[in-house]
Amino acid sequence: MRFLNRSAGRLSRHRRGPVAGLAVLLLGLLVSGGLYAALSPSSSASSTASDEQLVKEGRELFLVGCAFCHGQNGEGQTDVNGKLIGPSLVGVGAAAVDFQVGTGRMPLAAPGQQGPAKPQTYNDDEIAALAAYVASLGPGPAIPTEADYSTTGLTDEEKQAAVVRGGQIFLTNCTACHNFTGEGGAMPRGGYAPRILDTSPKHIYEAMLTGPGPMDNFSNGNLSPEEKRDVIAYIQSMRDQPGFGGFSLGALGPVSEGLFAWIVGLGVCVAFAVWIAAHTTRSTKKKESQA
Amino acid sequence: MSIDTSKVAASNRTAAVASKPSKVGAAAGWADERLGLAAMGKKNLRKVFPDHWSFMLGEIALWSFVVLLLSGVFLTLWFRPSMAEVTYQGSYNQLRGISMSEAYASALNISFDVRGGLLMRQMHHWAAMLFIAAMMIHLLRVFFTGAHRKPRELNWVIGSLLLLLGTLEGFTGYSLPDDLLSGTGIRAADGFIKSIPIVGTYISFFLFGGEFPGDAIIPRLYTIHVLLIPGLLLALIAAHMLLLVYHKHTQWPGPGRTENNVVGFPMLPVYAAKAGGFFFIVFGVTALMGGLMSLNPVWKFGPYDPTKVTAGSQPDWYMGWPDGALRIMPGIESHFWGSTWSWNIFLPIIVLPGLLFTVLLLLPFIEGWITGDKREHHLLQRPRNAPTRTATMVALMTIYACFWAAGGNDLIAIKLHASINQITYFLRAAVFILPIITFLVTRRICISLQRHDNEMLLHGYESGVIMRTPEGSYYEKHLPISEARAYTLTVRDRSAEQLTPATQDDTNGVPAPKGRLSGFRDKIRTLYYADDVDKPTTAELEEAHHHADHEAHELEALDGHSAEGHHFDGRHPVSEEPIRPEHH
Repeated sequence: MRFLNRSAGRLSRHRRGPVAGLAVLLLGLLVSGGLYAALSPSSSASSTASDEQLVKEGRELFLVGCAFCHGQNGEGQTDVNGKLIGPSLVGVGAAAVDFQVGTGRMPLAAPGQQGPAKPQTYNDDEIAALAAYVASLGPGPAIPTEADYSTTGLTDEEKQAAVVRGGQIFLTNCTACHNFTGEGGAMPRGGYAPRILDTSPKHIYEAMLTGPGPMDNFSNGNLSPEEKRDVIAYIQSMRDQPGFGGFSLGALGPVSEGLFAWIVGLGVCVAFAVWIAAHTTRSTKKKESQA
Repeated sequence: MSIDTSKVAASNRTAAVASKPSKVGAAAGWADERLGLAAMGKKNLRKVFPDHWSFMLGEIALWSFVVLLLSGVFLTLWFRPSMAEVTYQGSYNQLRGISMSEAYASALNISFDVRGGLLMRQMHHWAAMLFIAAMMIHLLRVFFTGAHRKPRELNWVIGSLLLLLGTLEGFTGYSLPDDLLSGTGIRAADGFIKSIPIVGTYISFFLFGGEFPGDAIIPRLYTIHVLLIPGLLLALIAAHMLLLVYHKHTQWPGPGRTENNVVGFPMLPVYAAKAGGFFFIVFGVTALMGGLMSLNPVWKFGPYDPTKVTAGSQPDWYMGWPDGALRIMPGIESHFWGSTWSWNIFLPIIVLPGLLFTVLLLLPFIEGWITGDKREHHLLQRPRNAPTRTATMVALMTIYACFWAAGGNDLIAIKLHASINQITYFLRAAVFILPIITFLVTRRICISLQRHDNEMLLHGYESGVIMRTPEGSYYEKHLPISEARAYTLTVRDRSAEQLTPATQDDTNGVPAPKGRLSGFRDKIRTLYYADDVDKPTTAELEEAHHHADHEAHELEALDGHSAEGHHFDGRHPVSEEPIRPEHH
């Protein structure tokens, strides 16, 4: 006990010394750095080098194709009236870039209510470079890998359960805008929730992760990665589902059904009525004899 | 081709020999002695049906109702109107293991596990859509041709009630499967009921047996759907048909067709075959639609859950127009003494349909009051010969169409790449402005067509033959129309005759009793007939014919040549007629 007290007193004597602060700082840095090196995932030196290269390439592409609206450092821009031209990209993550550029929504052809999906302008390498650059601006969701959205590893029963679970999540969270068939629906002022049946699983996953445009952001705390995967499994099962009832008539619900009831159903019946009324043998004979 | 006379003679001989009554005849005799069928049948089997396609529109409704009864009975064998919770274990993978109401589970069962179930479900639904659509075009035909006039006003009322009941029947059927769409529909209906000031919540609690959704609404709707409304529909259809027999059928005017006869074909053998055949056609059309065209795919909606809703949640088309009115109504709400008055829901969905339905019901009576016409009418009018009536219905159709479009505003927005807000703003104004425009335009079109009829009567039809006068000017040669056609065109009243004041002083100068509204009525009547073009008078016709005779005399030299005009008017066979005949 005395010994401890004495040694503590000896240390304590130096605590106000000129190098004490520096020593503590060095010690702290050493411990945290050592811990980080020990605990963080090991990254090989070569990939770091290529990442830097990728970011550099991405920045060059960004300055040419994106900076006009999003600013030279992706900080976003407003016009003189304070109206947003392009939002800040700090923290949107690689997933947002991969979704927006990968589905052709970016670069925007013209400012409007909503950027439509179109054939992509950049090739996959260029998109990867752009994504790496934007990801370097601030931490954000990364591009999901196939393991995130594919059900290939699961047993048949697990797959079946995933589709059922995904269907319930889909009906709760997605149909309000995208329609119960995934055909899409209208949003205010000319906006629209697009058809999602032909969207690739990766892009659906990214859309849920990043919430493009007016879409909600389904973060991992909100919908777990497994639940996102299940939703994708359900959407794919809907796409692969045969038309049990016949032609889908646009799969838009009662409006298109009513249109077909009037035009096809009633149209054919009225055409037959005309035919029946026009084919009276006796009246035709009479007309002929008159002429 | 020669006729084998030996066989004719043989058949004649057998026919002339009286044979003993056949078994069919004996059975008929047995029945007649007990039921008196012969007397009834003799009259009714010879009931005459005039031949016109537009007289068969109501039949589409009748036959699709028969399809509804047949397919509906099939569905009741498997449908379970219960809101008890069950876990689905049927063949539809995407919902297996999900909790749902028994009603929805049985709807899925009918769709996937009952043989022919999906076909029957879709046939039932398509026939329902067709039933109401056919009633509506039948209604339009009746009104546009003036078949709603005395003595058929009450049949108009019955028909309107059929339309209303058909709509309610459709809505209750739409609500039964308890999928997300039908549940959303019931939720909306609950909201509509609750929007009724003061008593709304009480009515809602009464209907649902407590707070929405409860567990009573589907069994209750089921009873209404399969018992109450079909019973009323059947009774009203029977009344509608009996009145049809009693009044006899209307017909288009023409030579030999008067207010006192019906010219057409008898029920047996002609119309029984035609109408019976038409049933099979309607059945076939609904069967093809049910087999080929997907309708209300309940499995895609999932079970109803008040926390869910889907884009494209719309009612079936016949409820589309009140839904549209609801969609374009601005959000107005008042609060009085602690109660909320939701005008934004109450006006478009409770008041407006009630109001428009009352107008529909009263149309024959309103028209009768304006025209003061108390005569019986069995000859139809062409729509052009009642311009104000025709224009009124077109204006009503325009209102309907605007609301209808509003009911699909979201789909118009996506499919035409338009803004849903702008569509809504446009329709808010259009629903008031467009009916006025279409009223005026339709009225002027009718009047122009009347003028055209008069020109045909006075100057003949356009032959398409261009004549050159010796002076070198050109004109189109007109040729007189046939007498039958001229007769048909002139079977109509003169508006001027209708305009004599409804109440006239009698010969002794005693003022006739006048209602308070008689002055107003005279004004409306003047407006009703304003600008009508009357048919030409006899003097005018004679004058015109005299003129035509004179012209014909001048052109006598052309007789027998193409320029005479008759040959290329499309009404004569011309296959052997040279355009430029050889000079004899």
